[in-house]
Amino acid sequence: MQALYAQLLVGLINGSFYALLSLGLAVIFGMLNIINFAHGALYMMGAFVAYFLLSLGGINYWWALLIAPVIVGIFGMILERTMLQWLTGLDHLYGLLLTFGIALIVQGVFQNYFGSSGLPYAIPDQLKGGMNLGFMFLPIYRGWVVVFSLVVCIATWFLIEKTRLGAYLRAATENPTLVRAFGVNVPRMITLTYGLGVGLAALAGVLSAPINQVRPLMGADLIIVVFAVVVIGGMGSIMGSIITGFALGVIEGLTKYFYPEASNTVVFVLMVLVLLVKPTGLTGRAA
Amino acid sequence: MKTTSIASLLLTTALTFAVTNVASAQDKTVKIGALSDQSGLYADLGGPGSTLAAQMAVEDSGLAAKGWKIDIISGDHQNKPDIGTAIARQWFDVDKVDIIVDVPNSGVALAVNNVVKEKNGVYINSGAATSDLTNAQCSPNTVHWTYDTYMLAHTTGQALVKAGGDSWFFLTADYAFGAALERDTSAVVTANGGKVVGGVKHPLNTPDFSSFLLQAQSSKAKIIGLANAGGDTTNTIKQAAEFGIGKGGQKLAALLLFLTDVKAIGLETAQGLNFTETFYWDMNDQTRAFSKRFGEKMKNGAMPTMVQAGVYAGVRHYLKALDALGGNPHDGVKVVEKMKSMPTEDELFGKGEIQPNGRTIHNAYLFEVKKPSESKGPWDFYKLVGTVPGDQAFTPLSESKCALLKK
Repeated sequence: MQALYAQLLVGLINGSFYALLSLGLAVIFGMLNIINFAHGALYMMGAFVAYFLLSLGGINYWWALLIAPVIVGIFGMILERTMLQWLTGLDHLYGLLLTFGIALIVQGVFQNYFGSSGLPYAIPDQLKGGMNLGFMFLPIYRGWVVVFSLVVCIATWFLIEKTRLGAYLRAATENPTLVRAFGVNVPRMITLTYGLGVGLAALAGVLSAPINQVRPLMGADLIIVVFAVVVIGGMGSIMGSIITGFALGVIEGLTKYFYPEASNTVVFVLMVLVLLVKPTGLTGRAA
Repeated sequence: MKTTSIASLLLTTALTFAVTNVASAQDKTVKIGALSDQSGLYADLGGPGSTLAAQMAVEDSGLAAKGWKIDIISGDHQNKPDIGTAIARQWFDVDKVDIIVDVPNSGVALAVNNVVKEKNGVYINSGAATSDLTNAQCSPNTVHWTYDTYMLAHTTGQALVKAGGDSWFFLTADYAFGAALERDTSAVVTANGGKVVGGVKHPLNTPDFSSFLLQAQSSKAKIIGLANAGGDTTNTIKQAAEFGIGKGGQKLAALLLFLTDVKAIGLETAQGLNFTETFYWDMNDQTRAFSKRFGEKMKNGAMPTMVQAGVYAGVRHYLKALDALGGNPHDGVKVVEKMKSMPTEDELFGKGEIQPNGRTIHNAYLFEVKKPSESKGPWDFYKLVGTVPGDQAFTPLSESKCALLKK
């Protein structure tokens, strides 16, 4: 029974990565109507930027949490300005193919320069060590990841669903012409939104750098699962992707306990089941 | 003036004619296929570095000066047996490849083994670990060069049991390699009076090991044996440190660890790990000289892993055998027989031999990862703890189930 509690907690930790990543995807899909396949590559870039900041500039983890998402976010905005904006109004497929291509190029470049086995990034001193919870040894860093991601997720949800800025955004996706008529610069808003989504991916990358290897393929390994999370939660639904992210982390953790061999596929089995019953996902709206 | 130029023209024509004549009598064209994981979790320990090692072996062989024409092509099997066999078939059927080298990932390696046998090519495997390549699934076309699971189990495994690690829990990569390594190590553990209290199989290329590590932790086993490799091993070691596994009294046994893995983990986390390799770049002047040349051609100046060193040594020995045969490299069984009949000796692995089952025998070394304070350079990672002579490290022929030995 103790082991079960431990697995639940570990699942929650992985779930926070799924939640952060799928949240970014949901924001981008909901506001820009782009299926952002480059999300995994941008997550990887976040981890790499953190590594560079530390090894080249001596800039520590805490600053990296702030700076890396900004740098990668700006890279994302450049991508949006130079490439993605031309896809407005076209079929989803074009965005998917373009971002998939971008992902392959970015991963290829990193792999060419840094190999595949990865670079070390140490846990910051303040978060080293762990606590004995009785039923498990919880590394402090992992606890921090859960708390921090929850805060970021809720803040993002609040920003989009409850603030005036969020209201503009949602209105702009519904009827861009009308919102523009009110004097809102819609293209700039879209660019900033993409930057925000990308920044969330980079933030997850920085969070993951101390526990996973900083590797060019770290995003590619994760992105398919994250897409499954978004599909199960319902494309574009912010709260849906947060809740599904955490929930699937837990389900995956439990699978690792009861039947480890299936832990890589359980998410997809769930996806099939959910789509059979509710094709729009758990909380998705019909298109 | 005119007469000399006519004479030289005639001479050249005569010479060319003579050379072409020899060439048609003795075919001296060779095509080497370096098949590896070029982009996945094993790409740094084999991959482009293995292709480079093969190229260096060809250059160092001096056969080009003797009129041989040797080409190298490379392929990416992506750790998928079906892709690996498809490339191998195409190489033999269309590209007229004579020999396939490297092939890390035991699953792919065993599949390619069958193709090479069917096409009567030569197969020098350096990257794969499974001892089945020279045991139950041995082939007259195959030489297994660098290391195998039996060797890893009988060196690292045995040393740890003898040092008091008598209860084991395995974290095993769920494919042919992990199964073979767990099987061979379990046998050693029980034969030495220890016991295996449990284990868990994880999918290949798993980013998060915390669930598995928790299970290992609650098993209370003294040793947590890692029957995985490459990126899986580095992630496990890194995350085990996070969960305080070393501090809790349990010891991690990285049954298979490569130079590039240690680089990726960093000495801070990896220090003190014990493991076995058959090659380390900083062993002696000869290995250092080779590694320096190798590093100059690699990005990041990476030193060669034992897999890449094995590709070099294997190709060198293969070319020596071809030279001794005088030509006609296209009959795989004949070439491998010649390779087995000659003792092996090179700058990287020293003296050795290829046994009738295809297993290359050479020394194995027990290493310990240095502390950060002991390391003097970017690739200065290992301390030599002990040397196991080849005849003790690898499967004795009396225990081998290879059908080739029954003749």
